[in-house]
Amino acid sequence: MNKLTVSSAPHIRSSSATNRVMLDVIIALLPTAIAGSVIFGWQAIATILICVLSSVLAEFIYNLILKKEQTVGDFSAAVTGLLLGLNMPANFTEIWWQCIIGSAFAIIVVKCLFGGLGANFANPAITGRIFMMICYTGTVGKSVFPIIGSAELSTGATPLVVLGSDNISSLPSLFDMLLGLRGGAIGEVCILALLVGFVYLVVRKVIYFETPLIMIGTVFVLSLLVSNDPVYALYQVMSGGLILGAVFMATDYVTTPINRTGKMIFALGAGLITVLIRLYGSYPEGVSFAILLMNILSPYIEKWTAKRPLGAKRVKGGTK
Amino acid sequence: MSLFMLGRAKVPHRKNTANMKAERIPAPTSVTLLTSQHIGAPATPTVKVGDKVKVGTLVAEASGYVSSPVYSSVSGTVKKLEPHLMYNGRSCQAIIIESDGEMTPDESIAPPTISSFDELSAAVRASGLVGLGGAGFPTSVKLDAEKKGLIKKIILNGAECEPYITSDTRTMLDDGEYIKAGVELLQKYVSADEVIVGIERNKPECIANLTSLFAGNEKVRVVSLPDTYPQGAEKILIHNTAGLDVPEGGLPADVGCLVMNVTSVAFLAKYAESGMPLVEKCVTVDGSAIKSPKNLIVPIGTPIKDVIEAAGGTSCEVGKILYGGPMMGMAVYSDEEPVLKNTNAITVMNKKDAEPKKLYPCIHCGRCAEICPMGLNPTLYAKAMKVSDPADRRARLNDAKINLCMECGCCSFVCPSARPLVETNKLAKADLRAAQNK
Ligand code: SF4
Ligand code: SF4
Repeated sequence: MNKLTVSSAPHIRSSSATNRVMLDVIIALLPTAIAGSVIFGWQAIATILICVLSSVLAEFIYNLILKKEQTVGDFSAAVTGLLLGLNMPANFTEIWWQCIIGSAFAIIVVKCLFGGLGANFANPAITGRIFMMICYTGTVGKSVFPIIGSAELSTGATPLVVLGSDNISSLPSLFDMLLGLRGGAIGEVCILALLVGFVYLVVRKVIYFETPLIMIGTVFVLSLLVSNDPVYALYQVMSGGLILGAVFMATDYVTTPINRTGKMIFALGAGLITVLIRLYGSYPEGVSFAILLMNILSPYIEKWTAKRPLGAKRVKGGTK
Repeated sequence: MSLFMLGRAKVPHRKNTANMKAERIPAPTSVTLLTSQHIGAPATPTVKVGDKVKVGTLVAEASGYVSSPVYSSVSGTVKKLEPHLMYNGRSCQAIIIESDGEMTPDESIAPPTISSFDELSAAVRASGLVGLGGAGFPTSVKLDAEKKGLIKKIILNGAECEPYITSDTRTMLDDGEYIKAGVELLQKYVSADEVIVGIERNKPECIANLTSLFAGNEKVRVVSLPDTYPQGAEKILIHNTAGLDVPEGGLPADVGCLVMNVTSVAFLAKYAESGMPLVEKCVTVDGSAIKSPKNLIVPIGTPIKDVIEAAGGTSCEVGKILYGGPMMGMAVYSDEEPVLKNTNAITVMNKKDAEPKKLYPCIHCGRCAEICPMGLNPTLYAKAMKVSDPADRRARLNDAKINLCMECGCCSFVCPSARPLVETNKLAKADLRAAQNK
């Protein structure tokens, strides 16, 4: 008889696979990438591509030099690159080389140096974006406006900046906001495409539906409370990178708490900090910082929200 | 109630043999009877080479309180007594008996007299019965909780949540009368005020059969359980049927429960009727390499390869052979290994199914912690095991309640990165045991 495999139970596994999960995130981002390309033109396509390519290449070269097992096949570098690209303005001619540096920073410094996939404490795409915002404020922070739609769309400040000023009348209509006919980063403007991605991720059971909803809901409710104006609150929700961040970055596995309740608290905190930064901070946009801050708090939330195991003795002060 | 039921892993059912009555296999040419087929001290052989034995002759006696006797499953001659390396890496004595092909029962076999709890307990002990559902815990030891007046509820395990296995299903369909008789026997001598039968809802015929059999017995309740894994795990079963949680480090008796597998209860009634001890088992033979899956009645000690043969053989190259089903079954290193008292299935997998799933780093997705029926977070054990300082490592393992892990396999099953979570937990427990024994 041939040799039998002897291994530990269980001897069957579900069909879920990590590379498939990553692929699902990429698929969920495709409508947004396509919408951004239609709205902003070739500069958007080129920006997304350069971020994806340099992210994947950065990981490839890192593994090559350090003689590590090649990991680009898990698609996580591609996800980071795609997210980073979608967080950039469609300003390829000015920022292409900054994109390369930002991607390399996100992959090598934020992810690989911490031990690669699963070992990083902060979301690489978000940290990469913040790094670029700080280093290249003038070009990366620039507002690029749609190449399609009516003429007045391509002038003036982004809705978030307008919201912060008194000149509210120059805002695009809520319908235009939904379609993405406004200034902003490539992947943050088309709310409709982002929602399609959200539904896909929930249906594929990649994320819990409540995580983005709680973060977005928190922003809405707080904005409503301070302004007493539902329309203002809706603008707050649809502008900036809130939806993109809430659906795709506040749901990142590695950098959020492991339990479902922990993820809810994470989302609540991220929404709260977003509003605080938007209203009282010096940056008009708070989503990236809010998520990064919550990434740092994530291990603590995870501890507080640990489930009480079945039959475990209750210990004073928690579920130890 | 159903909403709060635990054990929600959607493992495939593959109950291909549910409609197949068990067939008796021809007498094997030789059987290997191990002295350790249960949790506890191995039995002590009472025969020597050359002795003639018959079906039901004692060949090894219980050697302590937590132990169980072994009886010959064939008639023939004792050929050899030798050490045997078991599937779990431990060693015990093996008694090898060459069969004369007659299967003559031992003349001394007579029904036991049972007229008190003590006699019931002695009979259970003498019958060689161990938990037939899986772990192989001597039934008499569980039953003795009654002496302390602990048993309030008897819970019958008819969940059969492992993929493929249908031997309990067949008991519930074909031996319902014996289950009923066994329950009545227990009710007579055990002071429990309630009997609950838990059956997964993917077996409606079993639920219907037992419900009608117990229609006149108002102390018996048949509960339909979710058709998800692991309904048959003792603590989950107690939670889902009786709404009680076994405390950490405790036993079912601590919450007043006696859990018995349906087939064990049926056996009890058969033993009370005939006095024939545990010498044969109904075994489901299935898996991707099996040509025609079957339920077979097999003398204990029959080599696995004879059982596979009797089922009609394999259809392709074999990759892995398991005692039990794919979630908790134990892989054997050879098809010469014998059927044990608690073997309820033999799963034979082809090469492709035996290949491991692609490994990735843990992505902290939380699926394992979400699915764990015990509410544990398996990623903590993997992290703890990377700590080299023994004191720190063990403190972390204890803090994360590794002792509550029942190795059900749900976490490893759902992990998209194919992390060896159950394996890590086993290593971690061994690490803690080593520290305790020092
Ligand atoms: S299921 Fe696997 S990848 Fe997900 S958290 Fe658990 S061990 Fe990590
Ligand atoms: S940690 Fe233990 S009890 Fe929980 S799912 Fe994994 S094997 Fe089962």
